[in-house]
Amino acid sequence: MKKIRCALIGSGNIGTDLIYKIQRSEFLEPVWMVGIDPESEGLTRAAAMGLKTTHEGIDGLLPHVLEDEIQIAFDATSAYVHAENSRKLNALGVMMIDLTPAAIGPLCVPPVNLKQHAEKVEMNVNMISCAGQATIPIVSAVSQVQGVEYAEIIASLSSKSIGPGTRANLDEFTYTTSNAIEVVGGAKKGKALAIINPAEPPMIMRNTIYCLTEGEPDEAKITASVLAMIKEVQKYVPGYKLVNGPSFEGNKVAVFMEVEGLGDYLPKYAGNLDIMTAAATRTAEMFAEEILAGKIQLNPVEVAS
Amino acid sequence: MSDLNGRKVILHDMCLRDGMHAKREQISVEQMVKVATVLDDAGMPYIQVTHGAGLGGNSLQHGFALASNEEYIEAVASRMKQAVVSVLLLPGLGTMKELKSAYHSGARSVHVATHCTEADTSPQHIACARELGMDTTGFLMMSHLSDARSLAQEAKKMESYGANTVYITDSAGFMLPEDVTQRVTALRDVLKPETEIGFHGHHNMGLGISNSIAAIAAGASRIDGSVAGLGAGAGNTPLEVFIAVCERMGIETGVDLFKTMDIADEIIFPMMDHIVRVDKDSLTLGYAGVYSTFLLHAKRAAERFGVPARDILVELGRKKMIGGQEDMIQDTAMTMAKERGLLKQNF
Repeated sequence: MKKIRCALIGSGNIGTDLIYKIQRSEFLEPVWMVGIDPESEGLTRAAAMGLKTTHEGIDGLLPHVLEDEIQIAFDATSAYVHAENSRKLNALGVMMIDLTPAAIGPLCVPPVNLKQHAEKVEMNVNMISCAGQATIPIVSAVSQVQGVEYAEIIASLSSKSIGPGTRANLDEFTYTTSNAIEVVGGAKKGKALAIINPAEPPMIMRNTIYCLTEGEPDEAKITASVLAMIKEVQKYVPGYKLVNGPSFEGNKVAVFMEVEGLGDYLPKYAGNLDIMTAAATRTAEMFAEEILAGKIQLNPVEVAS
Repeated sequence: MSDLNGRKVILHDMCLRDGMHAKREQISVEQMVKVATVLDDAGMPYIQVTHGAGLGGNSLQHGFALASNEEYIEAVASRMKQAVVSVLLLPGLGTMKELKSAYHSGARSVHVATHCTEADTSPQHIACARELGMDTTGFLMMSHLSDARSLAQEAKKMESYGANTVYITDSAGFMLPEDVTQRVTALRDVLKPETEIGFHGHHNMGLGISNSIAAIAAGASRIDGSVAGLGAGAGNTPLEVFIAVCERMGIETGVDLFKTMDIADEIIFPMMDHIVRVDKDSLTLGYAGVYSTFLLHAKRAAERFGVPARDILVELGRKKMIGGQEDMIQDTAMTMAKERGLLKQNF
């Protein structure tokens, strides 16, 4: 079957893990990997896995986009360069899945709002952050039952799974995730906290979600909604697991989650990597299916001068 | 007189920030102003204020204070005659937006805090503080978890981002004086001579004073503590005691001893909801190397789920939980309660 051809930009942890996820897809094929350091482990591995590579950044890819029929690109670089990458690729009719906290396109959490983005043929969708992917489905599960005045999430990440990009962009991570808890999760106000834990052996990614409901929480309905949502996420991240809760105290709902990865590029503790790359892949697949079925068509975006 | 005769040390009072932990964030603006004013009058050079978890601290995770951080800072800063008002910023919780807002409210010094192995999450924030012209400290929390050499490398990173002081922070009150000596010495070896070294102790093993003295002997010139020890766990190094020891040793702090004693007895002690001291739970923190702020959270979880606080704290230590993971206290208590047949899954 024909697959949609993809480019991966950024050869760090996320970009490299994406190769595995995309290679496994029925609808996607990884063709190019773009980096800036010829010595990088990610580029070496990509070449060994049969991808074409360039270490000249996005400009090294542009001349090949049309002849290699690239239709979807994943950007796993940094918030600061994403806008420029997106502009250049959109101009060639390539749709962008943004894994940086730049968030210039609409925010996407697959089980919550992917369908509506695919219907609108968005040319740039943002995947928020690993913490956002791991927690917003739960916030949404609660807010579907009753109003959420305030939601707060705490993501604990193992030090080994956090690359230099995320470390240098912690504020952007916080802003983007907090905003997405409101815009996608449906909370009136959102707050995101991140903790990087260096324990050895590395701890598995943990996420805690607190919601303050409007009025007394409907315990039975909220529990059912949360459990149903967890099943939805498990369809693309099998290691997404409830550890404790939902626990109720006054109008506070607490849910304690763990995310175990597939162990593709980094070991299984790095569930934060998996939930991000799996969500991005799931998102690209939805677009790819529509393109392959002829339901949508990607067009070059004219560059405003 | 001791070998340290004539050494000058800059004290930094924590009772209005670390002390917020011991007060479940319930110190009012009026109380803060009252305490800060008398500390200023006693000659305390630096006074840290705001929520116990610092900038961005107001949260379900860390509790909500009676006022916003900006309200506390403004109220205190506008009344200081000589003291500099400082704040705490943990990247991942607080952001540069909140740092700028604290600066505009009157804060002129900041502890930018990371876990002792994660200094590279702080470059944005340290650079931003320096750009604002603030006295900028890199604050390496839970320093006992890192050996001296690794800690010195992290300190070096913070210095390279622009920190003018780097603190060794004994968040768990776990260190022995020799641990402090090794670490301060290692930092002094690699940092520039003009970069100051600080020590922030907790009194969980009763070593706040002797650890601070060991730090000074090895080259530290800044010491955090709090009058009457009001702080997380068994509290911070009690400053009135520390000042008395310094006077006996000829170490110059510039802070009035008798005034500080009076503040401790007449103002801070009556403010305490529980007597901040070494008891079986705070001692467990020090003994097991657990983050001091976990104490009251663990006591609350113990009440709710029927698992003793000491058992929860030991388990948190075993799981190597660090500052900021307060959510894992309820989670751990629930898991332990399930194992002990005290809690059933509710579906």
